[in-house]
Amino acid sequence: MSKKLVSMTINGKKVEEAVEPRLLLIHFLRENLNLTGAHIGCETGHCGACTVDIDGKSVKSCTVLAVQSDGADILTVEGLAKNGVLSAVQEGFHLEHGLQCGYCTPGMLVRSYRLLQDNPNPTEAEIRVGISGNLCRCTGYQNIVKAVQYAAKKLQETATV
Amino acid sequence: MIPPEFDYHAPTSVAEAISLLTNLGEDAKLLAGGHSLLPMMKLRFAEPAHLVDLSRIPQLKGIREESGLIKIGAMTIENDILDSALLKEKASLLPKAVQWIADPQVRNRGTIGGDIAHGDPANDHPAIAMALDATFVLHGPQGERKVKAIDFFQGTYMTDMAPNEILTEIQFVPLAKNTGCAYEKLKRKTGDWATAAAAVVLQMSQGKVSMVRIGLTNVADTALRATKAEELLIGKELNEETLSQAAAAVTEICNPAEDLRGDAEYKTAMAGEMTKRALLDAASQIS
Repeated sequence: MSKKLVSMTINGKKVEEAVEPRLLLIHFLRENLNLTGAHIGCETGHCGACTVDIDGKSVKSCTVLAVQSDGADILTVEGLAKNGVLSAVQEGFHLEHGLQCGYCTPGMLVRSYRLLQDNPNPTEAEIRVGISGNLCRCTGYQNIVKAVQYAAKKLQETATV
Repeated sequence: MIPPEFDYHAPTSVAEAISLLTNLGEDAKLLAGGHSLLPMMKLRFAEPAHLVDLSRIPQLKGIREESGLIKIGAMTIENDILDSALLKEKASLLPKAVQWIADPQVRNRGTIGGDIAHGDPANDHPAIAMALDATFVLHGPQGERKVKAIDFFQGTYMTDMAPNEILTEIQFVPLAKNTGCAYEKLKRKTGDWATAAAAVVLQMSQGKVSMVRIGLTNVADTALRATKAEELLIGKELNEETLSQAAAAVTEICNPAEDLRGDAEYKTAMAGEMTKRALLDAASQIS
């Protein structure tokens, strides 16, 4: 099976590599690029631990081939903090205790980031629907919702300054 | 889990995709959003030697109104259907139903055409398309042909589509003003397939049913159109008696497979119940 040359932008950095067509995006990120933030959970598109942004849309990277993402602009959890400063969602998860074991957290963070980009002032119900593709077995979601609400507030405050 | 080896092709036109399918033969499989096919490949339920990715063909995407029809490109993702102002206004059954399909991330990849062409009776779009009386546009080496949704599905994973054909578009007449519509889906959790679901499009005249179409999800080896239930309702008021008669006619045609969602008797009963609820919801929208 012939390899395919793929090029994409990941967290603002250009990446080019020849890959097997069957290589999944999550494996490309973790194994080839050593970006181990996105986690492999269920591997069947249910749990959301592998969530990344592809061209501004949340996607489960365990169910996408690297070759399908040729030319794409990708954001992973490693791209959220800027110059060592946590992003609003990361700060929210930290301060509101939005995690316990932490396994779902990278997916939750990237999904919450996108949710707030699309809807800067979500209701609690909209947050719960927005993260319905991400499973957490520890927190009962309560503190995750609070963390997203914290981030929404913080982003709005900084936007108006 | 890693899929078996395959060669990957990314055509940029429908003609190129058809010629690839024709040359590669039956070892080739079309890749739409991949959220059914890739999990099946990981589990070795499918082992195609070639994948032909349709995502780089621009004319397969988009929702438009043209010559009195709503036309949805087969590679249009679910979230674009959910957010479509045109569909909210003229075919709100689709956005209403799509909110119950999968989850936000999966809806960013999953496509209406993939959902239909996969031929899985658990998928939601087949019954919705039947309730909309939709037509599917297929392209193959001999050109274009059209098939009614009701004639398209032949069995689990079996459709009227030939191996070298591509589903390119879903077309239907927009719903007239004062038409009610609803999709009632019983499911255990976000992302689950339906235990049973019913799609209804309804028109009433002077308190009586003047037009109704009912599609059913996941209660047989294909989606079903409940024509007998529809006939029973025409010219009648919607009350406890007529709703029960329609539900009974629905349960008569159900033949669901038992699984973790329930046994055949339960799923059949739920198909009747979902039909009743969808009819009542649709009727409540009619003034």
